[in-house]
Parts: sequence; structure tokens; C-alpha cells
Amino acid sequence: MRYHKPASFAQAIDIANTSEGITRFLAGGTDVLVQLRADIVSPDDLIDIKHISGTGEITKTPEGGYDIGIAVSGAEMSEDEALEADWPGLVEAMDLIGSTQVQGRATLVGNLCNGSPAADSVPAMIAAGVTLTVEGPEGAREVKVEDIPAGPGKTTLGKGEMVTKVHVPARGENGGDAYLRFIPRTEMDIAVVGCGINLRLEGDTITEARVALGAVAPVAALVPEAAEILIGSTLDEATLEALGKAAEAACNPITDKRGTIEFRTEVAGVLAKRVAKIAYARAKGEAK
Amino acid sequence: MSLVHVTTKVNGDEAEFLCEPRETLLDCLRDRLGLTGSKEGCGTGDCGACSVTIDGRLVSSCLVLGVEAEGKEIRTIEGMSTGEELHPLQRKFIEHAALQCGFCTPGILVAAKALLEKDPDPSEEDIRYWLAGNLCRCTGYDKIIRAVQDAAKEMREAV
Repeated sequence: MRYHKPASFAQAIDIANTSEGITRFLAGGTDVLVQLRADIVSPDDLIDIKHISGTGEITKTPEGGYDIGIAVSGAEMSEDEALEADWPGLVEAMDLIGSTQVQGRATLVGNLCNGSPAADSVPAMIAAGVTLTVEGPEGAREVKVEDIPAGPGKTTLGKGEMVTKVHVPARGENGGDAYLRFIPRTEMDIAVVGCGINLRLEGDTITEARVALGAVAPVAALVPEAAEILIGSTLDEATLEALGKAAEAACNPITDKRGTIEFRTEVAGVLAKRVAKIAYARAKGEAK
Repeated sequence: MSLVHVTTKVNGDEAEFLCEPRETLLDCLRDRLGLTGSKEGCGTGDCGACSVTIDGRLVSSCLVLGVEAEGKEIRTIEGMSTGEELHPLQRKFIEHAALQCGFCTPGILVAAKALLEKDPDPSEEDIRYWLAGNLCRCTGYDKIIRAVQDAAKEMREAV
């Protein structure tokens, strides 16, 4: 295995593009190094991107959003008070991943590109409308988070392509997001179901909504049917019931040791209702 | 395979070693530098027995490559006491019998020290969540939590 420390994205892309073997980008390494040590994936070229300028920084954009460097850890996101105040759902989703030790290294883009359908930060990013800059041999493009996962362990990124920046939109007025997952333990586990919801209100009425589910299909995905139910409502009981049904209908899960198809489907409905209530309270300024 | 030369700082002292690119920091600390206080429990970042800090940030050294330590400042259990004088956390772990086999203890002490540096007055819940990634198969955790609380109290009063 060759270990590379490129000083620029152009160099990193060149190494990945010209490699004739398996390449992996290394940021926090909480998935890459586990796979390497267990001989699940043995990279020929390991490209450490932490020495590229800006990869460790969170910067507020002129529009009020946040650009998050691809090596920023979960711990650094949780310590950024402005980011947490604007996007508590995104930060709490990232914070749920692993232990304090894992938080010291794990990154949003690593969580996304590892390709697990159960990745906690992914439904939260999709709900928040997070976009990414992807750079590669053919140049740069802007991509929505939901367009990256292609199936368990797979992404839509081509050879030599890499995510170079995470763009979190401006929060704007009267908005709130939230994320919950179900696990059989209280900590340190993989989502059986995850749900992220992001809302905007006018008065008591929901005017914008994005609902995303994780761990209930081969990829985490946006559920537009669920969002449509929320828009125009004041989150009354009938709306919550319909939201639960829409979330259940969007499920296409598997049965494994952590949950059956039936259980995952039911929990998706329950979580969607709970998450919508939290996001709604945050959008109203009634909860943190 | 050619070895990589790494220059780093461990517990305040300059340290150098040669390692293969795929060697973990944990293996480098133990096998290249002879610092065997950090333990390998799982090797997959689940148990916390290999906890160290890098530039003040708590990490599992089994999920860090040795080559990543270049230019960093590493702190391990070996740097916790001042000579023969134990750190308050170490003393309180003995007083409260917060260890049995002791295999997880170095990692827990390093993790607890990182917590108290960030928050000198954590709640019991804060401590339990912070240490959730440090597994102990002997004590049942309660004595560990009490020892951390007692050490935190003593350290706050000493300021």
C-alpha cells in the first residue's frame, strides 16, 4: 500500500485517477481503517486528504450557510455553536455516530461515501438540502447529497472523483430540522431506522418540508410524498397520521439481526411523526 | 515494502520511528516506541482500550495510522502521572477500586482526563455518554463513574 499526502485536490484526483489498483481517500479513517485492518478492502493507494488547505475548516458563507471541509470531524461540528444553533438536526445526526473517540475523527463525507444505507448523517443532510462540490478529472460539479448513494457500499462517484466541499444552506427564518434513529441500545449502535426532517413555517403553517429516511431501503432517500403531506398543514393529528403512513409506504427494507421488514416499516412511521414534532417545535423557536 | 520515517511528539518528548504505511498508531506506540500502556481490545474502534489524544483530541489509536502522527502531539497513559505522583484520576481509580483486570483502565483514564479538560464539572450523564466508547467487562461501570466524579471534584477544589 502506498500512502499519499497530497497538498491539493488536483494532486489527490491525479493520484486516484492514475492509480491502477484500489484507491481509498483517508480523512477520519473510522471506516477505511477498519476495512483495511480486516482485509475487507486493501487499498493500493491510500490518499490522506487532511493536508489539503481548507479541509479542516467550517466557514460561514456570505449567504448565511456553512461550507464544511471534508476532514472536519463530528466533534468539531458539535463544538461549532452557530452551526448547531442553525442546524441542530444535522449536528445531532452526526453526533450519534460512534463513541467520543470516533467523533474525534469521523467525517460527514466519510459517512456518506462509505455507502451504508444506515449512515446517520445522510438522511439529516438530505433533509437539510445539503449539496456537495465533486471534483474529478473532468472538472467540478455540484451534486445533491441524495444523488451520491447508489446502493450498499456504492456511490455514483466516478474514477478519480472526490467530494471536495460540503455546502449547508442558509437556515433562514422560521426553520427547524431534526433527526432521530432507532437502535436497540442507548448508544454505540447502527440505525435500524433513521429519519431526518427539515421544515419552514409561516405562522403555524408548514410552507416547506423535506423528509428523508435511512436504513429502510438500499439507499437513504428523500420521501417527497411525506413532505407534500406536511406542506400546508399545522402538524395536526390527521397530518401526523398521514405522515406516518407515507413514511411506511416509502420503506423497502430488509430483515436482518437488528430488525425485520415489518418492524422497520412500523418504526419508520413512528419516527417520522416524532421527528416532525421536534422539527416543528424548533422552527417555532420553542425547542433547541 | 519501504518503511516511512515519522517524527512526532509523545507525552511532550520528540519521538521518531519507522513504520509500514498500514501500521496503526497503536502498533507504532507499542511495538516501535515500547509504550505498551495503550491496549488493543478490539482493533476496530469499538472498545476504547487504545484511547490516546492527538493534538488534544481523544481518538482510538487503532483507527489512526502511524504515518498520520507526523508533526502531531500525542498523549498516552504513560504521560499521565508526574514522575511518581499519580494524576488525581489515577489515585481515585485506586481508591474507588474502579478497576479489576485493568485492561480497559489506561484507555478510560485517558478518555476521562480529556473529558475533565473540556468540562471540569460534568454530570453523571455526561460522564456515561463520554465514556460510552470505553468498554469494561469487569466493573459494571459504576465504580468508574464514581471515581471520575470524585476526581473531578478534587480537581475543581484544587483550582
